[in-house]
Amino acid sequence: MTEAPLLEVEDLRVHFSTDDGVVKAVDGASYSVAAGQTLGIVGESGSGKSVSSLTALGLTRGRNTAISGRMMFAGRDLLTLDASKMRQVRGNDLAMIFQDPLSALHPFFTVGNQLIEAVRSHRDVSKAQARERAVELLGLAGIPDPAGRMNRYPHEFSGGMRQRVMIAMALLNEPKLLIADEPTTALDVTVQAQILALLQDLQDRLGMAIVIITHDLGVVAEMADEIAVMYAGRIVERAPARELFARPQHPYTWGLLKSIPRLDNPREEDLTPIPGRPPSLINRPSGCHFHPRCPYVQDEHRRVDPVLTPVAGNAEHEVACLLPAQARNAVWQALSRGESVQQAQLLARDRARVAARGPDPAASADPGGPLEVQP
Amino acid sequence: MSASGEVIIQARELTKHFAITAGVLFRHQVGAVKAVDGVDLDVRRGETLGIVGESGCGKSTTARLLMRLLEPTSGQILFEGNDISRIKGDPLKQLRRDVQIVFQDPYSSLNPRRRVGTIIAEPLVIHGLASDAAERKRKVQELMDRVGLNPEHYNRYPHEFSGGQRQRIGVARAIALDPKVLIADEPVSALDVSIQAQVLNLLRELQRDLGLTLVLIAHDLSVVRHMCSRVAVMYLGKIAELAGADELYSMPRHPYTGALLSSVPVPEPPEGGRRPRHLLSGDVPSPANPPSACRFHTRCPKMQPVCAEQEPPLEKKSDGIGGLTACHFPLTPEEVAERLPPALVRPAAAE
Repeated sequence: MTEAPLLEVEDLRVHFSTDDGVVKAVDGASYSVAAGQTLGIVGESGSGKSVSSLTALGLTRGRNTAISGRMMFAGRDLLTLDASKMRQVRGNDLAMIFQDPLSALHPFFTVGNQLIEAVRSHRDVSKAQARERAVELLGLAGIPDPAGRMNRYPHEFSGGMRQRVMIAMALLNEPKLLIADEPTTALDVTVQAQILALLQDLQDRLGMAIVIITHDLGVVAEMADEIAVMYAGRIVERAPARELFARPQHPYTWGLLKSIPRLDNPREEDLTPIPGRPPSLINRPSGCHFHPRCPYVQDEHRRVDPVLTPVAGNAEHEVACLLPAQARNAVWQALSRGESVQQAQLLARDRARVAARGPDPAASADPGGPLEVQP
Repeated sequence: MSASGEVIIQARELTKHFAITAGVLFRHQVGAVKAVDGVDLDVRRGETLGIVGESGCGKSTTARLLMRLLEPTSGQILFEGNDISRIKGDPLKQLRRDVQIVFQDPYSSLNPRRRVGTIIAEPLVIHGLASDAAERKRKVQELMDRVGLNPEHYNRYPHEFSGGQRQRIGVARAIALDPKVLIADEPVSALDVSIQAQVLNLLRELQRDLGLTLVLIAHDLSVVRHMCSRVAVMYLGKIAELAGADELYSMPRHPYTGALLSSVPVPEPPEGGRRPRHLLSGDVPSPANPPSACRFHTRCPKMQPVCAEQEPPLEKKSDGIGGLTACHFPLTPEEVAERLPPALVRPAAAE
């Protein structure tokens, strides 16, 4: 990519002080989105994926919040904008849709009222013009009889229709970037498919960039051009979508991929859960934050904190893992062959030892050789 | 799996209507939500039966009827041959020993003021199975160990456990009485991705080791496929399709099943752009006022005039392909191939 990305996040940290201690919700996340592209951010609850995007919209500011880093959006640092400047950006160039459309819409006002307000707060247009624009967008978002629906209240819409209203509202001012935070989690699978198709269709027509935040690997696989995997407030792996699913490099990504049942896997195949549970964001594990749950952990991983570094041979693929590249490749190959985590563990240890010994003629002759399990 | 296993629970013409009432002083019924409306279903001993469908299709209500947490409006439920549709008192209490349930939300299904030990022991106390405290404690700790909880945490409160662990507490409570049938109502949908597999594996293990019959209610088609030997697809209070899992996922006959499978996002980025989908238009109609005849006809891509006039029975189609389906115009193999994610089509085509 030659042109500057639309949104560039560098070393973002969002810390909340609470009575129990400082919650480091986001702790050094860096990512970027190019114009017209889709970035998928995947992670579990508490990984910081929502907080980082709320911060982009200035929605996490407060007395108890310490925010640092940079969030460059179309040439401006979003973190330094004052409240009134932020208000100009929010809902205009930068818009967001939320997981639960019922609580994101105001129950006392008609949908039309809320849409017209969203237009008029950014543009100097008459009520009639704003109304016209709102009806146009409702129609674009696939709501039947948009003009009639303008006078209805949110509770008169179904879940899928409410999410369409939210999408229409977000797109009123033709944003350059749309942040979608778990947009389909509350919806049924057939409606989810409708909403995802709608987002793709609108992206094709309006050319905006999308950041889609989800815990569902299926959703990012279908939507995203690039995927970032978040764990405990950091990005642990980042790659183009096809690359990430073909050659995942981080043990957490492997864990996610191996712990979900898939329609395209043999039915009887056992799932391999990730042991343990996500860490507390107040007292995070030392070294690599994933080490207490990582099957391939070694002593130094408990001390050294890995940074996001490019994977050899592919500058677009970055991973924050201390395992040597050979070990990572060997483990993923073994796992995708259907071998057990125990076997992969031995393999990782073996490969790491080889890597630590340095260039060894015997080892380099056959770097990806057959599995030699040592007792 | 024991596909030929004897029938343990049998539902016949099962219906459950919830009254919609109006008026303050003179309360009167103005309509009914037809949550379950004529369901015939057999649960076979030792199998894992999945019930899938979207919200409002009646899958949870069906499960609750099967174990008599709800009384049916009409129809019959037989448990091991005995009619349980109207039982009360002692016979119902006896039924509770045989059929247990794990709920969706591990936060609201455990009493926050009770210690875990007390929660798990409660069924034992109610049924007078462990009167002496030491015996009770031993049993509870055995159960905790069985579901992968640390038995030393006997005296902790539910809030001290994570979501996945709480779901294990719910499972321990459900298997305390050695039930014959375990109903799991969306057991993993409130859990994080990495935790879901832990609970699914536990349920599978228990089913294998204890010879349980498992009824799994879920909206996630991948989870159901992974766990179940037979699957019932529900739509607006009726069963649209009922088939063996392999059959259902490789050769769905009902257009609704086809649409569901086409909608599932597959964690494999499609080659060269986007996967063509067969999207349904609109939302699920209200179960208070369901469409006439075939309830799917308002959203069905294969709709013909007859679909709005004549209700299709749940039957094996004359061409012999697939399981039972309630459709006048079931999907053909070509139409199935268009709808399934490519990876699902391959094994069927290879046969």
